[in-house]
Amino acid sequence: MNLSRFLQGKAPSLDRRAFLKVSAGSAAGLMLGVNFGGVAAQAQGAGEAALEFNAFVSITPDNIVKVMIKHLEMGQGVYTGLATCIADELDADWAQVVCEHAPADTEKYANLLMGQQGTGGSTAIANSFMQMRQAGAAARAMLLNAAAAQWGVPASEIRVSRGLVTHGSHSASFGDLAVAAAQQSAPDVAALTLKTPDQFTLIGRDDTLRKDTGKHDGTAIYTQDVKLPGMLTAVVAHPPRFGAKVRSFDATAALARPGVKRVFAIDTGVVVLARDYWSATKGRELLQVEWDDSQAETRSSTDILAHYRELVDTPGAVAASEGDVAATLSQSREVHELVFEFPYLAHAQMEPMNCVAQVNGNAAEMWYGCQSATGDQAAIAQLLGTGIENVKINTVFAGGGFGRRANPASDYVLEAVRIAREVQGTPVKLVWSREDDMRAGYYRPAYVHKLTAGVNVNGRPTAIQVRVAGQSIIDGTAMAEMMMVNGIDITSVEGLSDLAYEIPERQVELHSPRTGVPVQWWRSVGHTHTAFSKEVFIDVLARKAGQDPVAYRLGLLRNNPRETAVLQLAAEKAGWGSTELPAGWGRGVAVHTSFGSTVAEIVDVSVQGTSFKVERVVAAIDCGIAVNPNVVRAQVESAIAYGLSAALADEVTLTGGNVDQDNFHTYRVLRMSAMPQVEVHIVASTNAPSGVGEPGTPPIAPAVANALAAVTGQVLTRLPLKLA
Amino acid sequence: MAYQLTINGHTHELDVDGDMPLLWAVRDHLNYTGSKFGCGVAQCGACTMQIDGVATRTCVLPVSSAVGRNITTIEGLQSPQARAVQAAWVELQVPQCGYCQSGQVMSATALLETNSAPTDADIDAAMSGNICRCGTYSRIRAGIHMAAAQLKNSGGAAQ
Repeated sequence: MNLSRFLQGKAPSLDRRAFLKVSAGSAAGLMLGVNFGGVAAQAQGAGEAALEFNAFVSITPDNIVKVMIKHLEMGQGVYTGLATCIADELDADWAQVVCEHAPADTEKYANLLMGQQGTGGSTAIANSFMQMRQAGAAARAMLLNAAAAQWGVPASEIRVSRGLVTHGSHSASFGDLAVAAAQQSAPDVAALTLKTPDQFTLIGRDDTLRKDTGKHDGTAIYTQDVKLPGMLTAVVAHPPRFGAKVRSFDATAALARPGVKRVFAIDTGVVVLARDYWSATKGRELLQVEWDDSQAETRSSTDILAHYRELVDTPGAVAASEGDVAATLSQSREVHELVFEFPYLAHAQMEPMNCVAQVNGNAAEMWYGCQSATGDQAAIAQLLGTGIENVKINTVFAGGGFGRRANPASDYVLEAVRIAREVQGTPVKLVWSREDDMRAGYYRPAYVHKLTAGVNVNGRPTAIQVRVAGQSIIDGTAMAEMMMVNGIDITSVEGLSDLAYEIPERQVELHSPRTGVPVQWWRSVGHTHTAFSKEVFIDVLARKAGQDPVAYRLGLLRNNPRETAVLQLAAEKAGWGSTELPAGWGRGVAVHTSFGSTVAEIVDVSVQGTSFKVERVVAAIDCGIAVNPNVVRAQVESAIAYGLSAALADEVTLTGGNVDQDNFHTYRVLRMSAMPQVEVHIVASTNAPSGVGEPGTPPIAPAVANALAAVTGQVLTRLPLKLA
Repeated sequence: MAYQLTINGHTHELDVDGDMPLLWAVRDHLNYTGSKFGCGVAQCGACTMQIDGVATRTCVLPVSSAVGRNITTIEGLQSPQARAVQAAWVELQVPQCGYCQSGQVMSATALLETNSAPTDADIDAAMSGNICRCGTYSRIRAGIHMAAAQLKNSGGAAQ
């Protein structure tokens, strides 16, 4: 039975029993992503329990391979990518593989590059490529051993292909062998022989369908869709200014609204609990709240940026240094300088933040698109004064994330728990409106950069000084101790502190002023701004030197074969220097390395007066082995669109501490009509996989700016881009 | 007060405020959760349903205005155009996070039901009310063209 048909007829309540009924005996049911503990695991496969081979692989007697996914599927394709690695070494048939989000269990499911369970930094494939393959190979060895024992033949002579185990006249499916195989002792992982790249059957293939299904017919389940018996919906009246608190409130009118059950204050605002979202929202409109602004941020974003512009005129903490840059600059015959400005950015993922929580005494059960399992679990346990073993997290699909859902303060998660503990035993779905989401902060910080370079007679830079001013996203979080070195938050300067271009002397300085605006990583983190100033500045130096921007870059990348190859591939595919552009069109380039991968993008723009359109983007990426090239291309397309949105329009501003934007008519994002034609080319590689979700974002804004400069002569140093 | 709604060919009676948007009546009270909440102000298109065949933002359409009309949600899509769109979505692997895709499929289907061979400009006009933050727009465009071609080949567009 499939869920869409199930829902069409009587549209019954999707209560716990309904979920289980749908899950039982239905592969589609497994895809719900909602795991009601051990019950759901036993419910699959016509009621037959899945047999666990290891933490990542289970097989049911009716021949379904169930893969536990330790990362959050939020569109980036981790279900598909991780399952591909397992299924390839297991020699499973792709059609028999289903995926499920793993529970919060740091010991079993840590991100091997983070040391805790969490998704981010474009590490999902990079950290688990070997681990998933080993899990698949280990399960395969157990199937072989079981078959060898049953058939009385040496395991080494048994073949496995597309889910079928064979030897001579013997043949068995994984399901046939599951019970016996699961009882085999787990092999020593170090002793397993993994495939060589030429033996891959699934890795590198373009035609395997994604495993995060149900997204074309409305059956995929997100937090917003979770429904539990007796569940109430919560909305919260948050203070208009960051740092403000509730002074007092009058709930009389709100409580009189039909459907409203309770109104109470928590740390973050005034909660309205109701039978449904509409009643809660209407109740919130009737609240009278007085806010205490004594600790609130009351500055405007223009004030904050003006302060940053002053800061970049003064020396900052040194993040990287080579040579005596000040002396060299003062002696240079020619010095070029540009100041860049970047606004606050909201993530604006399509599913506004939400979270379902149920608290019983010191135990909590959660349902949401959990990106930081270890961090959230610890934060919830601390809030409830209990151990992490009492915090159960069920992860469902997330409607986009782009960094927002991995909040170091577990902000929206703890808000849900604070509400749920006031109504012990009752499940609560916290729902933020778009306005709540957009005004909640945790933005990509605003920044100002100043870049100064001295050039020699050949136009080559001999020294560069970089000054960056902007809030640290790490300062004040639990990660500060580990990630800040000598007061330097490396994420504020990454991409500049490790400058790819060969410039003999360089100094990178950082100012990290604190403000009351909560900030956080945003798809590609520091590279969102560092790639822009670096790539626009290098283009200016090329033009000042009278040189072609691609050739000029290649001259500064002579010791960087990887960036050279990626840039050359993009240039070749785009017809750089060999195709004529129509009148009024310009072409620009940018190349940048982040999260272990290099991406070059070449952009064509058409300009009419002060308006312009990005017509075409040709991208090349080197991400090591492309586990699923189709997903890699999709991620680069996505990263380009996301970065282009910020290049063209995204901007959060504050007036007197109040956020000026509240929804998509004021926070303008990329729409269909502005989407360029995008081509993505993948560099063939046998290197270990590196990041894919983020590295496509950094080059797009500078490539657009450089294309505009090529056709108009205007060097745009402020995002979003506006022609004069 | 009680309202009678015709959704996906079935009649439902529900007792809610008349000003409750159809989206929330359908999601919270009838448990069709395929249509999504994204903005609440008809700016993003995640809530798109067909009302008498027209793609409509239901996050601002009061239940009282939906009485007596044919409401189709993603769960009830059945037309040849819808099937062609959904097949193209799978073939081209359009969705990423997928949260907006119910709305995208509803708008694309409504487009093909009135225009069997949309140009890129037609697609821009019909689809620019549907935001996708994953930026799947290129594949959505390709998916609509693919569905149109498939319908033409199968004669489905003439139906």
